[in-house]
Amino acid sequence: MKGAALRATDADRVELDGLCTEASLEGASLVLDPAGALYWPQERALVVADLHLEKGSSFAARGVLLPPFDTAATLARLKSVIMRYAPRLIIALGDSFHDGRGPARLAPGDRAALLGLQQSRDWLWIAGNHDPGCAEGIGGRFAARIALGGITFQHEPAPQLQGVIAGHLHPMARLNVRGRGISRRCFVSDGRSLVLPAFGAYAGGLNVRHRAFAHLFGTGFIAHLLGQHRLYAVAGARCLPD
Amino acid sequence: MLRHPVSTQNRGNNIDLPEVFARWFASRGWTPREHQLELLAKARAGRSALLIAPTGAGKTLAGFLPSLIELSERDGSRTDAAQRWPAPARLMDGARAGLSAGGLHTLYISPLKALAVDIARNLERPVAEMALPIRIETRTGDTPAARRQRQRRDPPDILLTTPEQLALLLASPDGPFLFAGLRRVVLDELHSIVTAKRGDLLSLGLARLFRMAPRLTTIGLSATVADPDDLCRFLVPQPAGSEARADLVVFSGGAAPQVTMLEPGEDLPWAGHSARHAFADIYRLIRAHRTTLVFVNTRSQAEMIFHELWRMNDDNLAIALHHGSLDVGQRRRVEAAMAEGRLAAVVCTSSLDLGVDWGDIDLVINVGAPKGASRLLQRIGRANHRLDEPSRGVLIPANRFEVLECTAAIEAVAANAQDTPPLRTGALDVLAQHVLGCACGEPFRADDLFAEVITAAPYAGLTRADFDAVVDFVATGGYALKSYERFAKIRLGPDGRWRITHPRVAQRYRLNVGTIVEADMLKVRLVRSRAGQHGYSGTIARGGRLLGEVEEYFIETLVPGDTFVFAGEILKYEALVEDEVYVSRTSATEPKVPAYEGGKFPLSTYLAGRVRRLLSDSHHWAPLPDTVREWLTIQQWRSRLPQPGELLVETFPHASRHYLVCYPFEGRLAHQTLGMLLTRRLERARLRPLGFVATEYALAAWAIGDAGAAIARGELSLAALFDEDMLGDDLEAWLAESALMKRTFRNCAIIAGLIERRFPGEEKSRRQVTVSTDLVYDVLRRHQPEHILLRAARADAATGLLDVRRLGEALSRIKGRIIHNHLDRVSPLAVPVMLEIGREMVYGEASDELLRQAAEELVKEAMG
Repeated sequence: MKGAALRATDADRVELDGLCTEASLEGASLVLDPAGALYWPQERALVVADLHLEKGSSFAARGVLLPPFDTAATLARLKSVIMRYAPRLIIALGDSFHDGRGPARLAPGDRAALLGLQQSRDWLWIAGNHDPGCAEGIGGRFAARIALGGITFQHEPAPQLQGVIAGHLHPMARLNVRGRGISRRCFVSDGRSLVLPAFGAYAGGLNVRHRAFAHLFGTGFIAHLLGQHRLYAVAGARCLPD
Repeated sequence: MLRHPVSTQNRGNNIDLPEVFARWFASRGWTPREHQLELLAKARAGRSALLIAPTGAGKTLAGFLPSLIELSERDGSRTDAAQRWPAPARLMDGARAGLSAGGLHTLYISPLKALAVDIARNLERPVAEMALPIRIETRTGDTPAARRQRQRRDPPDILLTTPEQLALLLASPDGPFLFAGLRRVVLDELHSIVTAKRGDLLSLGLARLFRMAPRLTTIGLSATVADPDDLCRFLVPQPAGSEARADLVVFSGGAAPQVTMLEPGEDLPWAGHSARHAFADIYRLIRAHRTTLVFVNTRSQAEMIFHELWRMNDDNLAIALHHGSLDVGQRRRVEAAMAEGRLAAVVCTSSLDLGVDWGDIDLVINVGAPKGASRLLQRIGRANHRLDEPSRGVLIPANRFEVLECTAAIEAVAANAQDTPPLRTGALDVLAQHVLGCACGEPFRADDLFAEVITAAPYAGLTRADFDAVVDFVATGGYALKSYERFAKIRLGPDGRWRITHPRVAQRYRLNVGTIVEADMLKVRLVRSRAGQHGYSGTIARGGRLLGEVEEYFIETLVPGDTFVFAGEILKYEALVEDEVYVSRTSATEPKVPAYEGGKFPLSTYLAGRVRRLLSDSHHWAPLPDTVREWLTIQQWRSRLPQPGELLVETFPHASRHYLVCYPFEGRLAHQTLGMLLTRRLERARLRPLGFVATEYALAAWAIGDAGAAIARGELSLAALFDEDMLGDDLEAWLAESALMKRTFRNCAIIAGLIERRFPGEEKSRRQVTVSTDLVYDVLRRHQPEHILLRAARADAATGLLDVRRLGEALSRIKGRIIHNHLDRVSPLAVPVMLEIGREMVYGEASDELLRQAAEELVKEAMG
């Protein structure tokens, strides 16, 4: 990732060189980052959804001994995005931990890394269905949702609501290009509301042609697929069903 | 199976059969064959032995004869009904009494459960006719739970089962009791089991049996193999630091097979695998014979030929279809009809390579490339299970290169040459499964288990460090970050023994045992077509007829509305609903998606060598048809014939692209890997490669830049381009994102027990509680690249889907022997691989590039 190509120069302006995609919602101009995060320059707010921290250890507790490195991997990617934008506020859009006991299972190193990311900025944990309550030892403040300048940030998207930015669905789009199937995580938006891709290393995906998306957006939405260095916009109708 | 050929003379073998057996042989007009008596002598001497014999040589009877005789002579034979069927109340006592009277004497292990069932049926006849007091039972996945339970407490004298069932028995606490008195294990179709991970699992089970049953001996039954020594080592425990072998008994005699090639006409295709030009000939051959087996290399080929044969079937011949994706009930009906002689022909894949005696087959047709000499011999051996008559086989080449391969194969058969692969190095993921199984059976000491494991031939070279790493993996995942101690599956107790931490661990083990990981399969269901709309949200009439199963990755390439051939008809893909593919009938006469997935087995190195020799020297071309001779002659004139030991590279322009074609003859899988790595290097040389396609013989890559000119100007070095070092960093970089590598990792993760198998019907509920192994692979690769599962996956990649080892050997062989021909147009030899472009899957650069193109197409569409 060419990190230096994009940097916050001041509170209101972000220079783009084609790596990221600009989107607007309720008049706010937003930056979609190929790492799967959303940045709102005007508020200097960085938004990520569905971190699913400690998913590995959650499985381990049930006898499936997945590699325990997912939390460290997710936090390392989050750190690189934070370094790029230097936000004053970070919003974690729910399902930040895979289960309610996740915060207690954090390895000391991972906990220190998480608290380190919170230095000199605000951190807001939005409640998700996996982690509805508050937790100790993970810093930040807790809220069910938050409204900022006409946009509502909440875990689950809701139909017929204008100006909602949410996560929860883990959108993933599938294309067939020259006989090869390609699946990528993606942002989904119809200009009225927006769903972020899951950010967690072990978070799976739900095809954007699933009825859950039709329920929200009908068929008129754009999927912004995450590439290595940039996003690729594809009309929802062009994405393949499972 | 126990059909006994009228014997030739028994040449003075001094072994006497017990009278009841001698009388039985005589009553059937038979004399024991020499190899049967020889095997009996080995058994009496307490020796383990390998019998190599063709089908029809009375191999199975030979394998069981020693056990039948011993059991008939056993003191206190169990004839007392009360003893044989103990009342439940005194189950354990009764079983112990049974043990003192004999207990389980012989275990028979077959790769196919249908074979186990069939052999049991066939054994019952001599046992009944001689009134022997011997109880024979089968144990497969289909055996009812109650009977399996009873078999563990009150075992039969002879139990016929599969490698997976053996693993399950060994992992039960009854194992030591059940096997303590075991005297013999008979391993059928050993040549086929040992080539896969199943053989690794079986070898570990065998090592355990040898420890539990000190008086155990083995009998291996096998078709002819390249190196019988390998199998002889497999059959006995390997002493530390040296080798031990079972004795070898080889059946000699029998008529040599007659193999011919269907003389191709002028219309012999340049490329492709459909063999469409020969369908009429195949039909004629079927009509002229009693029962014909038509072997093809892939399921889709089987579908196609079956479909076409029925289109021309004016005589209404009974022609059936058999492949592994068809519904099981359907397959069993075909097998039964064939055994009863009601079929004129069966079009089949390797699904019929092994198995029961299929009745009176008098012709085997092999369509397409034979791939290997041993493989072909075994297929042709399915015809005429009579030793005094030759098996008859007809080879049908589908294209020009296959003519060369068929000719080479016929010569190999005439020379009785074998090219079965060497014995495997035991896989670490299989060892992990076995270690957990051992702990489920009884607590173990690491020292003891290690000593036992290295007696298994595939694991004789296992280091203690690797063994300990596997135990660590089984216990807590084997991660550098030691955070899972409290979630351990097995734990070391104060007595120095590892034991499972919870009965649930054993339950899970039982559900996940085995080494066969099927590709994720989706059920194919026939529904009524919907007009117009496609996609997830529409409603479709449910509950149509089930046609069979198809690989998930095949469906992933389809778009609703695409047509393809399956279960003998052309179908239209409608939708995917949970784990079912909905299809409808269509009036289309040509399927849109050709769906040629190359066969699983690559061309053998041996046969490839023969093809090269044949090709390189025009003195050997006499048996070739005119069209093929002409093709090679023009190649010689226009470019060059690749000589053994060298690599011919041709470059030429074609249709505004620049092509680079090379001829390594190392099989499609190795060529695909080479193509992936080569295009990375062409990319770095700024030649802007666009894609490549691989066949069994050649690789063609195309680019915007002119590689030939770059070589001529000295800007590009072929020696550097094909240097072995591509197997270093380039390979690593590619493996990071290779879908094949991820699939390989997934298989290892399932076998090793990291993640659980998916079971039909659970798909929907499990989707929410599973994690994608692709994500696990990415994370593990970054954080612990030397993890035992990644090492297992890399070992698989060396020989499996990526065939890295073969590529490495080839690259080292051709060093300094690369011949470059810069041509002004496509060479005759390059035509077949060039024609595969657009037919075979085309591989390109990283998928990001494809995404960019898709986005650009979208822009054009939107702006146009």
